[in-house]
Amino acid sequence: MKKNFGRIVLTGILVLALLVVTGCGKSNDAGEQGSDSGKLSGTITVAGSTSVQPFSEVLAEEFQAVNTGVTVNVQGGGSSQGVEAVISGAAQIGAASRDLKDEEKARANLVVTPIALDGVAVVVNPANKVSALTAEDIKNIYIGNIKNWQELGGEDAPITIISREEGSGTRDAFSEIVLNKEDIVKDAIIQNSTGAVKTGVAGDKNAIGYISMAKVDQAVKALRVDGVEANEANVKNGSYKVQRPFIYITNGEPQGLSKAFIEYVLSDEGQSIISEEGAFSIQ
Amino acid sequence: MEEALQNQKINILAPTNQLSANHSHSRRRRGEKAIEKILVLCAAIFILAIFLITLFIFAKGMPLIAKIGLGDFLFNTQWSPTKGMYGIGSMFIGSVLITLGALIWTVPLGLSTAILMAEIAPPRIGTILGNLINLLAGIPSVVYGFIGLIVIVPFIRENLGGNGMSLLAGAIILGIMILPTLINISRDSLLAVPREYKEGSLALGATHFQTISRVMVPAAKSGIITAVVLGMGRAIGETMAVVMVTGNAAIIPGSILEPVRTMTSNIVLEMGYASGDHQTALFATGMVLFVFIVILNLSINLFAKGGQGIGRN
Repeated sequence: MKKNFGRIVLTGILVLALLVVTGCGKSNDAGEQGSDSGKLSGTITVAGSTSVQPFSEVLAEEFQAVNTGVTVNVQGGGSSQGVEAVISGAAQIGAASRDLKDEEKARANLVVTPIALDGVAVVVNPANKVSALTAEDIKNIYIGNIKNWQELGGEDAPITIISREEGSGTRDAFSEIVLNKEDIVKDAIIQNSTGAVKTGVAGDKNAIGYISMAKVDQAVKALRVDGVEANEANVKNGSYKVQRPFIYITNGEPQGLSKAFIEYVLSDEGQSIISEEGAFSIQ
Repeated sequence: MEEALQNQKINILAPTNQLSANHSHSRRRRGEKAIEKILVLCAAIFILAIFLITLFIFAKGMPLIAKIGLGDFLFNTQWSPTKGMYGIGSMFIGSVLITLGALIWTVPLGLSTAILMAEIAPPRIGTILGNLINLLAGIPSVVYGFIGLIVIVPFIRENLGGNGMSLLAGAIILGIMILPTLINISRDSLLAVPREYKEGSLALGATHFQTISRVMVPAAKSGIITAVVLGMGRAIGETMAVVMVTGNAAIIPGSILEPVRTMTSNIVLEMGYASGDHQTALFATGMVLFVFIVILNLSINLFAKGGQGIGRN
């Protein structure tokens, strides 16, 4: 019985190992297919930032419509997972909504292709009387020096600070540009998605938050920062300071299908899709 | 053991053996053997999977704990991964507080409901109530979270102050989620108390209430404790609903109206963007959670057994 059991466990391990090996093998092969022949075919996976995901999905759909033999899988997971996936080979293209960290650059020969720009809008409840703040005011709110809207010309009410979680690309961009990397107050409400921050701000008339400019709608009010309106023109000409890049990452120079897809994304057609979906084209 | 099994099988098959031809017998036996092997294989894969998951969590989490020390990881309350500070003290306390908060109001309420359903209400109504409560148990946690976000959070914000996303909101939602477990298991254990206990107590002149509080509940004690433990397990492990309503600030809350972050929330909040040590720290959080739940279950099981012993004396 004992011997038998050992054999069975061994079989189990072999089966699992086989699954793992074939799983990896498949994704590795897939990236290299269909480069030289005139017609593109094969499968690539784009994984990473949930901010970039909706753009990648639409781009992939259009790319597949033009190249019928191609399948582009788009997965979320976050910027860091995108980098992980490219390094491990689970994805051919990683998507991130922040620049690479040094420790990530050190791990492999990663090549970065910026595909779009996104502004980060500082938003408040539409009922809030305040509609413009200086970057300094916003910083003072988030590091805890200003606690009441009255100090900023609003009603006498405590400010509810809503922030994103540590590691979020939006938070990184916001923290670097507005807060100069100073600590956000510890008792700030933390939400882990753009949607949740928006819901929080839309539901609480004393709340302040920051979200991707692409997601601003009537439910929240985007503040002017240092007198500059939060809009595309101001992001592109650099006068609106709170902005971040959307990037695609490949392990080495993009090859074959990955190269074709990235070229498509950077083409006029690809860039116009990006604008339609709410981010700003790179040109 | 295998021999015993085979003997049993032969005994079962014996009557048919006499009727069927020899080769069909051996074919059937081969079929049975194959099925048996497949079942063992399934079990082995399952056990292996659990083993590998545990191993994986520990292998992924240990490096960070080795680096900064278990004491610092567990008791430091500064959580700021991008600045290299990995202390989950506040979240450990957060998990404990929110679970206690949920239990404080659900245990009396759940137990009373269970007593009503098992002892006081007519059996038919008790069964109908039981089915309704089972329905509650089937609602996905994200729905509870959503209700919390839309109903409870604004209610707290407008009536009690603060932002509403708070320890209190989490304790209320978690409580509602564990009530079905608490009620159903307590009710079943009350119904399982031998009829003679109740009859004996009543025959001795005890009132209905005295019988319930002095005889029925003590006799059902181990089942009730099991109900509480299962509820507690669900409360500690619950993530989605908690993330949605507690505000998730990594602080030790000064009042029930302040935000709080649990260990499970910490993992789900930050896993998307974590890399390097940060990711390892999340696995280490999972490790602590895992060990914490195992210890909790073991100690309460011991306690329940002890309680049972005393009850019998």
